[in-house]
Amino acid sequence: MNRVLWLLILALLVLHQDNWLWHDARLVGGIVPVTLAYHAMISLAAGAVWWFAVRYCWPVDETESETAA
Amino acid sequence: MTQLIIIAIYLTLLLGLGLLAGRSFRGTSQDYMLASHSIGPFLLLMSLFGTTMTAFALVGSTGEAYKEGVGVYGMLASSSGIIHSLCFLVLGVKLWGFGRRYGYSTQIEFFRDRLATDGIGYLLFPILVGLIIPYLLIGVMAGGTVINKVTLGALPELFAGSGGGVPKALGSLVVCVVVLLYVFFGGMRGTAWANTFQTLVFMILGMVTFGVIANTLGERAIVAQHQGQGHSEGEAQAAASEASLLEKMAAASAQIPEEKRTRSGLSKLKFFTYLLVPLSVGMFPHLFQHWLTARSAGSFKLAVVAHPLCIMIVWVPCVMIGAWATTGLIAIPAPVDQNPNAVLPFIVGKVAGPVLGGLLTAGILAAIMSSLDSQFLAIGTMFTKDVVLHRFADDHFSQRAQVIMARLFIVAIVAVTYGLSLFEPRRVFTLGVWCFSGFSSLFPLVFASLYWRRLTAAGAYASVTAAAVSWSMLFWQSDFAAQADYSFELTVLGTTYEMMPVAAMFACSSLALVLVSLVTKPPGESTLAKFFDC
Repeated sequence: MNRVLWLLILALLVLHQDNWLWHDARLVGGIVPVTLAYHAMISLAAGAVWWFAVRYCWPVDETESETAA
Repeated sequence: MTQLIIIAIYLTLLLGLGLLAGRSFRGTSQDYMLASHSIGPFLLLMSLFGTTMTAFALVGSTGEAYKEGVGVYGMLASSSGIIHSLCFLVLGVKLWGFGRRYGYSTQIEFFRDRLATDGIGYLLFPILVGLIIPYLLIGVMAGGTVINKVTLGALPELFAGSGGGVPKALGSLVVCVVVLLYVFFGGMRGTAWANTFQTLVFMILGMVTFGVIANTLGERAIVAQHQGQGHSEGEAQAAASEASLLEKMAAASAQIPEEKRTRSGLSKLKFFTYLLVPLSVGMFPHLFQHWLTARSAGSFKLAVVAHPLCIMIVWVPCVMIGAWATTGLIAIPAPVDQNPNAVLPFIVGKVAGPVLGGLLTAGILAAIMSSLDSQFLAIGTMFTKDVVLHRFADDHFSQRAQVIMARLFIVAIVAVTYGLSLFEPRRVFTLGVWCFSGFSSLFPLVFASLYWRRLTAAGAYASVTAAAVSWSMLFWQSDFAAQADYSFELTVLGTTYEMMPVAAMFACSSLALVLVSLVTKPPGESTLAKFFDC
């Protein structure tokens, strides 16, 4: 599962470098410049990846953590 | 005048909150500095988010979008959504565990223990404090500018020299004093409560600000559109008032100049190297302290997931406002045009009525102060724990004396920062990036401390020195952040590559860390057992 997480993080980092939208001045929905809309989607995707991380790849055993606390 | 009264009420509320938190104070320095490790998931999210989203996020992002276009979101907001949460996950949770197990209150205590050397503390302390000063400066400068711009004309007789508004210097002073007082009364618990309150305030009022500005500028765009088509002013006004908010926003966006909708003026490699800047959260002393306040490792989960979403909620509206400010729908006077920090407060002052303007200003100040408080507390804690108590036995000073020492050091640093804020201002965004770059260049140290057994004390010294020297040289070359577009240029085989200075600093500190560690004696077995085999 950790491998999947690291692949997802790598995908986010690659997608973040959106060279293909560099000179694109279109407006999404007539309102939001496409580069801004795209990066807002990256933020949403990051939220989803981090949800996956805490759900399936949480690095700490909760029982152990409570004992340490 | 109404704005001033609302701002005064808001600041008084904050002081009240600090006093209330002070009533829960248990009288120990551990409670003052770490809230006795009692912070749950929601307070932790609000504290971490409020602390990382300073004046930089509201005032800085709007100003930078106004100057450079909407690409600013990709440069620092979406990248932070990836990198910040990654740091919370791979560094925060692990450091929290060591902090609870071995009783650390500061980063330096961890590094001294991990590297088995005292000297690293004396090398790191001035560097961390030195890097926090520009971070504080961002908030202090922006606080003064915001209060000045929204109170322009309110008190013409009293403040004739500053356009009838509260002078910047006085505004900055008031912000400093209020934050100092609630940090002093409430310690870490007061800071966490105030951060939560202020983060909610700036997120909610930020959305209200966006709605009000979008509505006003959109109406103006529709009026201009209809008048351009030969309609009378009355017809144009009627069309504007009938339009929905989305139609108004579309009309305003249609007028954003093409170069502000794209990243035409930015090199792709420079954009890529911006990814290194958010690594700074791994070495922020105030964030380390917030991590240690968590009740359990599970408290981090909400912060890890929600952080990128909170960033999006705050940044997208600010960037859109900055882009709309370039359309000419609101006349930006020359002094504001030359000082991008003033764009957001100027628009709020012009577009919102006095009551809403006052509330929106309180929201902006909330974002600024929710970072200052944590930074104030962190530098006080570092001074007490890493310098004073490290030289004396634990019982040499009473708990009360320790708290007083922390407070005195905080006042001294705030006084220095306030003095610096009176000089020629820098762009909040530029100064912020320099400050974050310095912390990012120390990232290899914290990462290697947790994940590389071969890291040695000598490697750590070399890395910190390389980071400090490269940062100082490049900062000096940028005329101390006066050149807002300064880039590090590397020429290889006749081709010049333009990148952020952080790339050079990060490379220097990483190389020094790895090379020196490999040629020096590995750490002892007991150290490795303590940090890697537990």
